[in-house]
Order: sequence, then structure tokens, then C-alpha cells
Amino acid sequence: MTTHTRERSTRPTRRAVATVAALGVSMLALGACTPGASTDSEAADSPYGFAAVEQQADAPLTVWVDASRQPAADAFVKANPDVPVTIETYDGGADGSGSFQTKVQAFDQAGSGWPDVVFSTQNNDAAWASQGDDPFAAPLDKGYFEQSFLDGFTEGALAPLTVDGTVYGLRNDLAPTVTWYDESLMERFGYTVPTTWEEYQALGEKVAAEHPGYIVGTVGDAFAEEIYFWGGKAPVNTVVDSGTFSTDTSDPHAQDMAAMIDELLDAGVLAQESVFTPEFVQKYTGKVLMLPGPVWYSGALFDNPDSLAAEPGTVAAGLPLAWEGEEPAAGNVGGGTWFVSRHSANLEAAEKFLEFVTSDERYQVDLAPGLPAYEAAADKWLAKQAESGFFAGDFRANVSTAATQIWDGWGYPRFSQEAVWAKTVTPRLAAGESLVDLLPQWQEAIENEAQVNGYTIK
Amino acid sequence: MTAPTTEGPPARGAATGSSGSRRHHPPRSKRTTVAGRRSRIGYLFVSGYVLFAVAFGVLPALYAVFIAFLDGEGRFSGVASFTRVLQDFRFWPGALHVGAFLLSWLVALLVLVTLLALLVHGIGRRWLSSGIRFVYYIPGALAGASSVVLWLFVLNPTVSPVSAVLRAFGFETFVQTISPGNLPVVLAIIAFWTGAGGWIVVMYGALNSIPHEVLEAARMDGAGPVRTALHIQLPMLRKWISYMAVMSLASGTQLFVEPRVLSQASHAVVPADWSLNQLAYLYAFKQQDLNGSAAIAVILLVVSLGLSTFFVVRGGLFERD
Repeated sequence: MTTHTRERSTRPTRRAVATVAALGVSMLALGACTPGASTDSEAADSPYGFAAVEQQADAPLTVWVDASRQPAADAFVKANPDVPVTIETYDGGADGSGSFQTKVQAFDQAGSGWPDVVFSTQNNDAAWASQGDDPFAAPLDKGYFEQSFLDGFTEGALAPLTVDGTVYGLRNDLAPTVTWYDESLMERFGYTVPTTWEEYQALGEKVAAEHPGYIVGTVGDAFAEEIYFWGGKAPVNTVVDSGTFSTDTSDPHAQDMAAMIDELLDAGVLAQESVFTPEFVQKYTGKVLMLPGPVWYSGALFDNPDSLAAEPGTVAAGLPLAWEGEEPAAGNVGGGTWFVSRHSANLEAAEKFLEFVTSDERYQVDLAPGLPAYEAAADKWLAKQAESGFFAGDFRANVSTAATQIWDGWGYPRFSQEAVWAKTVTPRLAAGESLVDLLPQWQEAIENEAQVNGYTIK
Repeated sequence: MTAPTTEGPPARGAATGSSGSRRHHPPRSKRTTVAGRRSRIGYLFVSGYVLFAVAFGVLPALYAVFIAFLDGEGRFSGVASFTRVLQDFRFWPGALHVGAFLLSWLVALLVLVTLLALLVHGIGRRWLSSGIRFVYYIPGALAGASSVVLWLFVLNPTVSPVSAVLRAFGFETFVQTISPGNLPVVLAIIAFWTGAGGWIVVMYGALNSIPHEVLEAARMDGAGPVRTALHIQLPMLRKWISYMAVMSLASGTQLFVEPRVLSQASHAVVPADWSLNQLAYLYAFKQQDLNGSAAIAVILLVVSLGLSTFFVVRGGLFERD
């Protein structure tokens, strides 16, 4: 080529060099402002029990909620119009999507942008949010919240949020599984409500023969394993200690439960749709004879005009089921959790917010769809349900009993069992494979996930 | 996507679309001044692109290559990050998924887009041809995530307008439609639907750049539409087709948004680690392993560079006529 071409080509090159240099400098600058870990002495001096950033009384509070918890945030805004709150909705980490964690870690990289308060549907989030050089979750019981307030939670409600003896979040609601059933249908068909898994299976087979089209449960949700395997006391999610994990699908409880689910699927009395899908509502409204599931099905499904919309006085919450000859046990599906960011510049407002959404009647009794984790609110919520008479049977007593029967052999690891079940088991069940045959694959998938998350498999 | 310019008489070389292709054959003295001014303006035009490409493309890529060889503490660790991600149980399934997706998508794109462009170009009526091109283009106006949302309805037998088709394939529920075996094809269909229209318009422009005399001569020699397509139009489109392959390959290996939205919408039945890019994201923001994430990015870069080179060489993309 000619010389003048080369002359011209030097200009962009020089510019490129300048750009590279400028960008290099800015990248270094970015790297330099990554926040370091707080020192112990700072933490000891702080009234909050951790090194807080400089506080501003009028700093706006950024709150992340899922769509279902929007009313909680709205109720707070209504009750406290003087506190500036920015409400942002996200998926709540539902089905183990991990969006809470991934977003927070992106902010960690950026060194700014954290929300002040986060709601999560997953109760294993404290396992990661409390860890690391610069953990996200503020410890709540080291001076930040009043101990008397924390003592107001139902016993064991804060256990999933307690890591090494420190509480890192507050529980929104309790989510023990109960045995939902339609009392009017039971009477019409002349059935008695089962109390054991064996009776449950027998009833399912009877329904298949006598009243095809009716269902006794669903395995279509990502949390199906928390209803059936947690409630069935199967040791597939055992956190031995913070570095050790064990799962055993060859255990008789796991095998029996899988065999039972296979039988009922073959009989066509277990749905494969998620309860949140339009097809579930379309297919099974009025056809749900039984539905083992969490307490929050009350407001989310039965007493919800957009979902199953049961007739008042027809649906009852039965006690958790037992294996024949054993004590009954409840599973647990979520029960949302609230976290405060350590990086919040308005911890006082954040405390006010958390106290409101977990304990104030204006949300937890008037609006909340599930059983409050805060004991005083729970009593009032149960009383309100009993008073409304929407649910048949002794709703108050059964739900309270279920809350005390949650099986403690199911742990809270740093990964989501729901995500593993959804990707490994759900599509294969839908393709007609047998759950008993899938158990080894499920176990392998859980072990893989545990190892990737730093656990040793025992 | 830029449609080729129609400036000047359509020359063969115009098909490459770059400024270097404007080599007509005027007298030499005139060429220096005109071409000189043109390329100066050309530099101005590309400077913005170059700036951003360096800031958001080249530099991050170099940074990724750099940290891929470091450990979490910033010490040189050789290929440890690479062996770690290659041994991850999610890596090879992810690679298979992306490979299967790319295969079905690229084949569909190369064959169908070329075919459709030839058909549209062959339509004599001007209003019909431009109308069809416009219709093809519409889906491309939707961004990746929103087109997935639309497809969520199409793929769900309960609400789909084409539920009869889904049922004919034996899909009764959404979960069955998006079962792991179907996903590469499902995502390829979504990507084709979104992206093909834009490429058809580009191909149409490329077809326009074929000199009229050449087609006329072919017709005089007795070539029908099929013969003309096979022996005149396709060979002259070769660069464009490989250009499309290279561009699509680059975006296809980075598959992220579509499976991510599907994952949330399907209640995690589509896993959050379905594609390699999603895995890289999980490494960076779930496992706090930026080095592993960078290693995956570098592997992706090497593979797509290799494949791109193949298309560039086979397609003669940088050859001058």
C-alpha cells in the first residue's frame, strides 16, 4: 500500500493506546475500591455488633420482595409514610433460582448497589449470606435487634437463619406441611381421612378406581421433595456439619415414598403440574380430594379467587401423615425470610421495616397468606382463620400441631434441593419414568451439587 | 444489522460490505484523492466502534485470559482453573447442550435463510416482496428475553395457539415440551424465529448486489431459476453466508438469556446451568470463583475462534476478488 495510508493508520493506533491506558487506570481504580473485610475491633465498638457504614437517618430504604410480599412492603409504606422506601420486586429466589445470591455477589464485585432489605422464599440463604470475607447479611442478635423482640418468634422459627449461633435473618412465616383435604368430597364419597402414608396410598388407589379425575396430591412443583421426602423422613438432605453433607436415597423411607409416588402416578391420582400453573387450576379446580402441602396453600391456593377458589367450609387442614407405627412428621416448604444488608446506610429504618413485616398485625394478621412466624401474630392469624370459618375441621389446632412436628433430619445446605429436584426428577417423571428408578440419579445429582458447593460427601 | 449500501453501481466486491470493497476501476490518479478522502471518513466512522470494541470487548477478553491463569489470591496457578472447570460435572453437559443447539440452529439458519432470501428475491411483484421482507423482520424487533416470554405461551399446550401441533408430537404439558432432549431444538427454533428475518433482509440486499448483466446472461444461456440460484447466486453469496455463520456462531456460543428465562418460567425444570455461559455466570456470582468463570470464557473464546476461522477460510471472507 502507499505511504499515506500508513501515516493515517498511526492516528487511530495512538488513540487506541491512549484508550487502553485510560481504561487500564480506571480498572485499577475500580479494583482498589473493593471494600475490605471489617475488622473485629470495629465490630466490637459498633452498637449493631458489626461494622456498619456511616448512617444517614433519611437514607432511602431499598427493599427487594417477591410479588407475593409486595403487600407487606406496601403496608409498611402506608403505616410509615415518613420513611422513604423504594420497593423492587424480583423472583424471590423461587425454585432455587439463586437470583438473590447472584445479584448480591454482582454488587460485591461492583462494591456498591446492595439493597437494604431482602425477602427470600428460600430458607437456606443464611448459609451463604452469613459467610465470606464481606458477608451480606447483618447479624441481628449482636446488639442490632432487641433480644425481647427476637424471643417473640415461635420456637425453632429462626433455626434456619442461625449460623454458628448467630441469627442472620428473620422468618416471615412458618411453612410446615399439612394434609389438605376436601371435607365435603370426603363425605360425599364416603371416605375417611388417612393418618398414615399407607392409608393415603390405599385411598389414592381407591379414588382412581371409584372416582377417576380426582387427585390426592401433586408432584409437579420444585418443592415436591420437601412435602413427600421431608415429611416422609427420608435422609436425603443431611447437613452433618458446615463442610460435610450426606444423602441416602437407598434408605427404606426414601424407597417406600418413591414406590408410593410411582403407584399413585400410575393410578393417575397425582398431578404432575405445578400448583402455580394455569393448567393446574384449569384441570383440578373442584377435583382436589387431598393435597399434602405447606400451610401457605391456605391463602395461595384455596382461599384465592385466582387459584382453586374453594367454597368456604369445604377444605380442611389435616395433621401431617406418619409411616405406620411411627410418629407423624411434617415437611416444610420455605417459609420466607427477611435479611438486612450490612451495607445499609439506614439500619434504623431497616429494623423498623423488619419488625413491621414480621410482627405487625396490619400485615401478618390482616394480609399474610400463611402462618406468621412471630408467635403473637400467629395466634391472632389462627384465631382470625378460625373465626372466618373458611376452613373446615380444627384448622387452628392442626396447623399449630404441624408446626411442632417438622422433621429435624432435613438440613439447610448452601444449595437448593428444589433446583436439583426440578431439573433431575420433574422432567423425567413427566416423561413417564419411575421415581424408584430415578432415585440413584437424584442422589448423584444432589452429591454433585453438594461437592460443587464445597461439601465433602459422607 | 446493516443492509448493504446501494451506492454506486453494484460491483461484485460490494458483497463484502466493508470499506475495503469499494475498489472500482476508475483512472488511477482520480482514485488516490477520492479513495483517500473516503478512507479518512471511513476511519472516523469506525472509530466509535473500535473504541467500544476495545473497552468492552478486547480489554475484558484479555483480562479474562489473564485471570484464567491465576488463583483466587491472584497467584499464577497454571491451568488449574481449566482443569477445575473441565472436571465440573456441569461442564460437559453444558458443552453438549450448546453444541446441539448450535448445530440445529446454524444448519437451519444457513439453509432456510438462504432459501427464503432466494424465494423472496425471485418474487416479481415489488409490494409483495417488500411486504414479506417486513413480516420476516418483525420478530427480530423483539429482544431475546421478550421473545422467550412470547414462546412460553406458544410452547405450553394448555394455552398455545398451536396446541394441536404440540399434541401431535405427544406433548401434553409444558414440562414435556421443554424436556431436556427437546431443549436444543426448542431454543434453536426461538433463536431462528428471532434472528432469521434480519438475515433474510441482509441476504436480499446481497442478492441485489449481483450485477444484473450476469443474471441476464445466465437467462440468455437458458438457465432457469434453480440453475441460476445454484450456479450464479449461491457462489456469489458465499461470503455473505459465511459472514452470517460467523456472526451467529459468536452469538450462539454465548447462549444465556433464553435458557435463563426458560429456567425461571419452568420453575427450574430447565436448570440454571444449562449452557456454558450460564455456568460461567454461576462460577462468578454463585461460587465466587472468577478465575473458573474466566477459564470457561476463554475455552468458549478458543472454540468459537476456531470455528470462526473455519468459516472465514472456507467462505473466503477475507479474500479479495
